[in-house]
Amino acid sequence: MFSLESLTTLVQDWLNKTFPPTWALLIEFVIVGILAIALFAALGLVLVIMERKVAAWIQIRLGPNRVGPLGILQSTADTIKLIMKEGLTPDGADKFLFNLAPFIVMIVSMLILAPIGFAKGFHIWDINIGVLYVSAISSVSVIGILMAGWASNNKYSLLGAMRSGAQMVSYELSVGLSVLSIIVLTGSLNINDIVLSQQNGWWLFKAHIPAIISFVIFIIAITAETNRAPFDLSEAESELTAGFHTEYSGMKFALFFLSEYINIFIVCAIGATLFLGGWMPFHIGNWESFNHIMDYIPSFIWFFGKTFFMIFLIMWFRWTFPRLRVDQLLNLEWKYLLPISMVNLIVMTLVAIKGWHF
Amino acid sequence: MSNEELKTIISEILPNASFEETGEWLNIGLEAADWIESANKLRNFESMPFNFLFCLTCVDWKTHFTMVYHLRSTTTLDNIVVKVKLDREKPEIITVSDIWRGAELFEREVYDLFGVIFLEHPDLRRLLLTDDWVGYPLRKDYEDPINMIKL
Amino acid sequence: MVEEIGKTAEGDLIINVGPQHPATHGVLHLIITLNGETIKKVEPHLGYIHRSIEKMCESLTYRQFIYTTSRMDYLSAHINNHACALTVEKGLGIEIPARAQVIRVLMDELTRIASHELWWGAMAMDLGAFTPFFHAFRERETINDIMEETCGARLTMNYMVPGGVMMDLHPNFQYRVKNFLTLYKRKIHEYDELVTGNIIFQNRMKGVGVLSKEAAISFGVTGPAARGSGVSCDVRKLYPYEIYNTLEFDEILETEGDSFARYMVRLREMNESIKIIEQLIDNIPEGDFQAKTKAVLKLPKGEFYQRVETARGELGVYIVSEGGTTPYRIKFRSPGFSNLSCLDHITRGGKIGDLIASMGTLDLVIPDIDR
Repeated sequence: MFSLESLTTLVQDWLNKTFPPTWALLIEFVIVGILAIALFAALGLVLVIMERKVAAWIQIRLGPNRVGPLGILQSTADTIKLIMKEGLTPDGADKFLFNLAPFIVMIVSMLILAPIGFAKGFHIWDINIGVLYVSAISSVSVIGILMAGWASNNKYSLLGAMRSGAQMVSYELSVGLSVLSIIVLTGSLNINDIVLSQQNGWWLFKAHIPAIISFVIFIIAITAETNRAPFDLSEAESELTAGFHTEYSGMKFALFFLSEYINIFIVCAIGATLFLGGWMPFHIGNWESFNHIMDYIPSFIWFFGKTFFMIFLIMWFRWTFPRLRVDQLLNLEWKYLLPISMVNLIVMTLVAIKGWHF
Repeated sequence: MSNEELKTIISEILPNASFEETGEWLNIGLEAADWIESANKLRNFESMPFNFLFCLTCVDWKTHFTMVYHLRSTTTLDNIVVKVKLDREKPEIITVSDIWRGAELFEREVYDLFGVIFLEHPDLRRLLLTDDWVGYPLRKDYEDPINMIKL
Repeated sequence: MVEEIGKTAEGDLIINVGPQHPATHGVLHLIITLNGETIKKVEPHLGYIHRSIEKMCESLTYRQFIYTTSRMDYLSAHINNHACALTVEKGLGIEIPARAQVIRVLMDELTRIASHELWWGAMAMDLGAFTPFFHAFRERETINDIMEETCGARLTMNYMVPGGVMMDLHPNFQYRVKNFLTLYKRKIHEYDELVTGNIIFQNRMKGVGVLSKEAAISFGVTGPAARGSGVSCDVRKLYPYEIYNTLEFDEILETEGDSFARYMVRLREMNESIKIIEQLIDNIPEGDFQAKTKAVLKLPKGEFYQRVETARGELGVYIVSEGGTTPYRIKFRSPGFSNLSCLDHITRGGKIGDLIASMGTLDLVIPDIDR
């Protein structure tokens, strides 16, 4: 099958031949950095227009269709508009923290890109604790949000940031426990190993019931993690607080906005990797001929297909469900999701030890 | 129940009232001094408690004001109209917002537009006009060369 | 949209909601005293859209003043005009031809459905679901198109005159209304699936904003807000006007008094309006659409009160006439005014999200309150 691995080995060999080793490494850093930023920008543009078109489709109307054919250039127009807006810093705001906050959130999103496997052999950093790294770094984004709320010198931003922070911290537990239940099956935190262990079928199908429960809890928890509806209290317009990014405008707001969409992409990518097999094509057990046919579709198409399917699910939620009240939201996590995920983890461990999965 | 029957029943509990049965509903005229007592009696009347105050307004008759209260009973579906005459120089009447709680906003509106003072009202302020407005627009002698256009 | 005024000494927070709202309530300014997340007091400030309609009507003739009421509660514009026309007819003592009565009732019920559709969409949007708004407007646009063809306007249809209606029905009217009935019946189950049966909506509305029966009567609450608390107050049933006493429909009553009860009352009222339209649409009698009246109307000396059931509650028109061509005093008893007075009572002790849900189910239209 066509694989990007050949491209990366080609580039690597050529670099090592022409330059001394340290230079080659540095140039690789630069290339990867540029590619990561390009991926960011491309993803941001695509996701914004996808959100608007999906929303329109669910609401029986057309989305943006004036700028460019079928409205494809709409997000470019939005970016240009945001760049040209005045970036206002409110009076009495803590200038250093105010300017730092969007960058922290952005840096965290970029860092998490590192261990994700986009295609066969195509990942930035194949660290042996990949999943733990992702979990740990994503917790740092809460600091960015609290910083934004505090530094705005606005009681409503602070209230919104506190609510947001409480929500994200609570739901991280559920995310962690659902992720753990798959790790128990694979026995390794390395993302490449997890994908390879799904060679004979995706974990969602192999570890039947406990994996399905984990998946459902995972989807609910990541919707809450990324502050998407129905858990988007902190951005609710018809309630009171307009959220931690009220006082931001111009490019800084664009960074918050963009990092929200990138976060969605990343958590969906993690979900696709753990539950739906990452870049592994759809194999069924030992059916060799079927597997061989599936292998003809390149792995990066599998990866992006699965991730965008999950992103579509999350967008579907936003336009269907109303918002939860803040006490109902925290109730849901601490009284329902957490006990269920703990029990599920125990069941999954039992399944893994006894070998009751396919 | 027809107006005559209502008149017989109500004249037992309100001896000082004057009645007029020519309109659609029974009109009861009362003095401002008797109002609070009569209102309580009407509200707590056993056979037909007039518990629903559906309209409270004021009419400026150039020589005096008339407060008009429209009441009805949810049990027997009878309607009555109570009218209380007020002096134009010093229009004061006791509030009924503790008997019928919906009267609170109605009375604020009447105070705002006519200038009738409601004694013992919990919160008598202007409702629809700005707090620093001078004058009472719905009175017949209200002149405002800037805002009023005579058609 | 939201500013902070200041903290009181006890540590309470006083905040403003409005007067500009992202939802379609109009310009309502609420001053809320909060203790943490719990509401201690809600105080409405009115007057942002006060146009002194009552004073204006004292210089308009009896034919002219009717159309100022379309601008009062613009979502039930026909019903407001109907109330004024009925009061003038009561004063003049004229008979309305049967065809005009049927046309008026048909227009009223279509307006009621359109108003409830918009209420449903806007309320769902307040609670965070954006999609029902578009579904509601799909039906409402059909009704607006029907109105536009017959009356000439989509929102403030100046169609009722003392004596009947201004012009006859368009020939397409029957066909279009029948199409609308088929469309509506096909789509009504979507409303239940999308909103009513959704557990998040139910949790946001059940037990929230409870209004007891005695409080409803004391505050003078009418309309679906009172019927959700068990108060039987449908003017079409208690004091029937036009041909309502010959039609078969139910008065929907619920007993719990919370937001969900008020929601269910309105949803079922839409079905009752459909029943009324079905009974009438095939039996529109032939005849005049307007009774013969003089060009200049003069009401005799006296007082006249007429009440109708708008989509929000009981609208009363009280005309005091001195025998001239213009009224001496007009008072509009608007349903929103009394419904608003119970807002403080029902939201105390709740959270801010509960305030939004209660306001949504009380269905306030602010121009109706401010007049």
